[in-house]
Amino acid sequence: MATMQTESRRTDAEAAGWQPAWADGEESPLARLTAEQLEQLAQELDAIHEEVYADLGERDARYIRATIALHRRLVLAARALLLGSRYRPLWLAGTASLSLAKILENMEIGHNVMHGQWDWMNDPDINSQTWDWDTASPADAWRHSHNYEHHTFTNIRGKDRDLGYEIMRVDPQQRWHPVYLFQPLYNLLLMGFFEWGVALHDLNFDAIHAGEKSKEQLRAELKAIGAKARGQIVKDYMAFPSLAALAALVTSRGSLASARTTFATTLKANFTANIVRNVWAHSIIFCGHFPDQTYTFSEEEVADETRGGWYVRQLLGAANIDGGPLFHLLAGNLSFQVEHHLYPDMPSSRYAEIAPRVRDVCRRYGLPYNTGPLHRQLGTVHRTILRLAFPGGRARRKPGAYRP
Amino acid sequence: MAERGAPPQVPRARRTALRMARSFTWPLLPDDYLELVNPLWSTRELRGRVQRVERETRDAVTVLIKPGWEWPGHRAGQYVRLGVEVDGVHHWRAYSLTSDAGRADGCIAITPKLVPQGTVSPFLFSRVRPGAIVRLGGVEGTFTLPERVPRRLLFVSAGSGITPIMSMLRELARERAMHDVVHVHSARTAEDVIFGAELRALHARAGGYRLHEQLTGVHGRLTPAGLERLCADWREREAFVCGPAGVMRAMGELWAREGERERLHVEHFQPHEYDEAQAGAGGAIRFCASGVLADAGGRESILAAGERAGATLPYGCRMGICHSCVGRLRSGRVRDLRTGRVHGQPGELLQTCVNAPEGAVELDL
Repeated sequence: MATMQTESRRTDAEAAGWQPAWADGEESPLARLTAEQLEQLAQELDAIHEEVYADLGERDARYIRATIALHRRLVLAARALLLGSRYRPLWLAGTASLSLAKILENMEIGHNVMHGQWDWMNDPDINSQTWDWDTASPADAWRHSHNYEHHTFTNIRGKDRDLGYEIMRVDPQQRWHPVYLFQPLYNLLLMGFFEWGVALHDLNFDAIHAGEKSKEQLRAELKAIGAKARGQIVKDYMAFPSLAALAALVTSRGSLASARTTFATTLKANFTANIVRNVWAHSIIFCGHFPDQTYTFSEEEVADETRGGWYVRQLLGAANIDGGPLFHLLAGNLSFQVEHHLYPDMPSSRYAEIAPRVRDVCRRYGLPYNTGPLHRQLGTVHRTILRLAFPGGRARRKPGAYRP
Repeated sequence: MAERGAPPQVPRARRTALRMARSFTWPLLPDDYLELVNPLWSTRELRGRVQRVERETRDAVTVLIKPGWEWPGHRAGQYVRLGVEVDGVHHWRAYSLTSDAGRADGCIAITPKLVPQGTVSPFLFSRVRPGAIVRLGGVEGTFTLPERVPRRLLFVSAGSGITPIMSMLRELARERAMHDVVHVHSARTAEDVIFGAELRALHARAGGYRLHEQLTGVHGRLTPAGLERLCADWREREAFVCGPAGVMRAMGELWAREGERERLHVEHFQPHEYDEAQAGAGGAIRFCASGVLADAGGRESILAAGERAGATLPYGCRMGICHSCVGRLRSGRVRDLRTGRVHGQPGELLQTCVNAPEGAVELDL
C-alpha cells in the first residue's frame, strides 16, 4: 500500500464545495491515539496481512476456481432456462439464475480479482491485469478510480470522489446546493442503472472540467465505455433473445408469434437481471461508507498521515453488514468492508477469518468496529440521502469504541 | 504480467466458430465455458495432460505429457517452457525435451532432476499425478544438431546435462544417422546415470555409438587429458557439451586453447552457479509502484530480494528467458548475474530475475 501523498490541496477541496471543518466539533477517534499507539497498531495490522499472505495456497486457489466455475454454470443454466422464457416459471427461474450469476461475477469475482487479490497465484487468467467483467465500466478506468483513488484517499472530503460520487450530498459538511433537492429521485435512477453511473463516474468530471484531461484521453475512455456498452447490448438484448426466438420457432413448428413472444420475454429477463444486479450492487456499496457510523476526514486531519493513521482512517471510514456465508458471498465479501479497506489485496475469502482479530484490535485500541444488519445500514443510508437533500443536517452520533 | 502458454495450432474452422460465439459469452470467451468440460480445449494457450511419471534414477523422473492440441514439434536439444501449479501458485520453468520429436503417440517428455530446496522439481518428482494439467510455453533453444548431421560427433554431458543430448541421440537412432558418435557422460555412480539402461543398450548394439561413463565417485572428474585418452580425435568432431558450470567452463577453455571454437556447441540454460567474480556490491531497491523497499546482496536477484521483502512482482522462468518479470529501471545500475556485466540506463526494461542491484536502484514495479 502506498503511503499517502500529503501535499495540501485545500483549494481543490473548497472548489469541490466542501466546508473545511468537522461540523459538531466532535473529535474523531483518530485524534485520540498517540504516534506510538498508531505505530504499534500498524505493526499489529501488518502482521495479520503477512500471516495470511504466508498461508495462501491450494485451498484459496480452489476457492476462487470453484467460485468462477459456479458463476459459469449458473450462466449456462440461466441461458438454457431462458430459451423457454415464454413460460412464466422458466422465465422466473432463468431470470433468478442470471441475476445471481451477474451478482456473483461482479461482486465476489470481478471486483476482487481486479483488486489483485488473486495475483499471487500468477495465473494468467485470474489476474487483475487481464480480467474483464460483465458491467459497463472498462476494467482499466475502474481500477484507477477505485483501487487507486478511492482506496488511497478513502473518505477524505474533497479527495475521495466516491464520497457521494460527485452528484450527491451524503455528508452534512458538504455545502448544500439546490440540485441536491432532486437527489432522492436520481438516487433511485442510479440504483437501477448503477453500472452506467459507475462507468461515467470513472471519467472524473472534475478533471474534465478543470481541463486536466486531454481530449484524446477522454475520447479513448468514452470509446472504451462504448465498447463495453456494445458488448452488453449485443449479448443481452440481441444475441440471446434471437437465439431463444430461433429455438421457439423450431419447437413451435414455425410459429412466428411464439418466436416474437420469446424474443421479448428473453429480452425482458436479461434486462431484469441487469437491473437486479445494479440494485444489489448499489445497496451493498452504499452501505460500505455512507451509514451513520462512518467518519469522514478533512485534509488537515490526515496531513502527514502515518501508516497507522491510514489504517485507522480505513477503520473509521468503512462499515460492515452482518450476515451469513451466502449473504457474504453475494455481497462479494464487501459486507466485510472494514477488512477489505484495511487489506484491499487480501483474498476476500479470508476476511471472515481475520474479522475476529480485527475486532480484537478495535477493542484494545478503543476504536469502533462499524457493522449492522442490512436493513439498518441501508435504512440509515437512505435516510441520510433524503435528509441531506435539504439544507443543513448534522453528523449522526457515532457508535464509540467496540465492545464485544 | 503472468506468463501464458504458447498459442496452439487450432483448425481454422474451429477458430471461426469460436469467434462467432463470442457475442454470447462477452466479456468472457467461449473458451472459458468449454474449459469447464475439458481444460485442454483452451485455444488461448497450449496445455497438456500428464500421462505418466517414470522414475529414472533416485533423483530424476521422466514426465510424459500429452499436449491438448497437436504438438508443434521441436528440434532435438531444444527446451520447452512448462507451467505448473504448486500450492495454488503458477510457476514456470524451462526443461529440455528428452523425447524424440517424432514420437508416434504425440507425447512429449521432460526429465527434471530433483533440486531438493526447489519448488517445481520436488513437485514433479513426487507430487504430480497422471491427469494433472500443465501449461506448455514456447519451444526455444539453439543447442541443436545442424541441418546436415555431421558424420563424426562428440557428446560430453554431466549429470542432468544428458537431457537435451538424449533427444538428439533418440533422433539419430530413429533416423539411422548414428555413424560415429562418442559420448562421454559423467555421473557420480552408475546408478546415477539418467537413461543409463537405454544408453548402455545403444552402446551394446555397436551401431556407431560409443559410450564412456565417467563415474566421478571412482574415476574423478573428466580432465582434458582424460578426454584425449577417450577420444583422441576430439578436435575433428562436432562437439555438444551440456552440464554444470564447472564442466562447461573447463571444456570451453580446452576448445579455446586447442580446438576449434566453432565446433563446440554448449547449452547455457542449465541452472547457473554464479561465480564469485560475478557477485557485485548489491544494494537497496525501491519498487516505486508498490512502495516496497528491499535490500539485495551481490548475488541475489532483484526479483528474489523483492519477494523476500513482501512485494508481489511479476515473474516467469526466473532464469532470464521469458521476460515476464521485466520492469522499467528508474535509476541506478544493475549487474547481470549470468555474465557479471554491469549495465542499466534510466527507462531501460530489465529482467528482475537475473539482475542484481549494483548500488541503489529504483524500479517502476
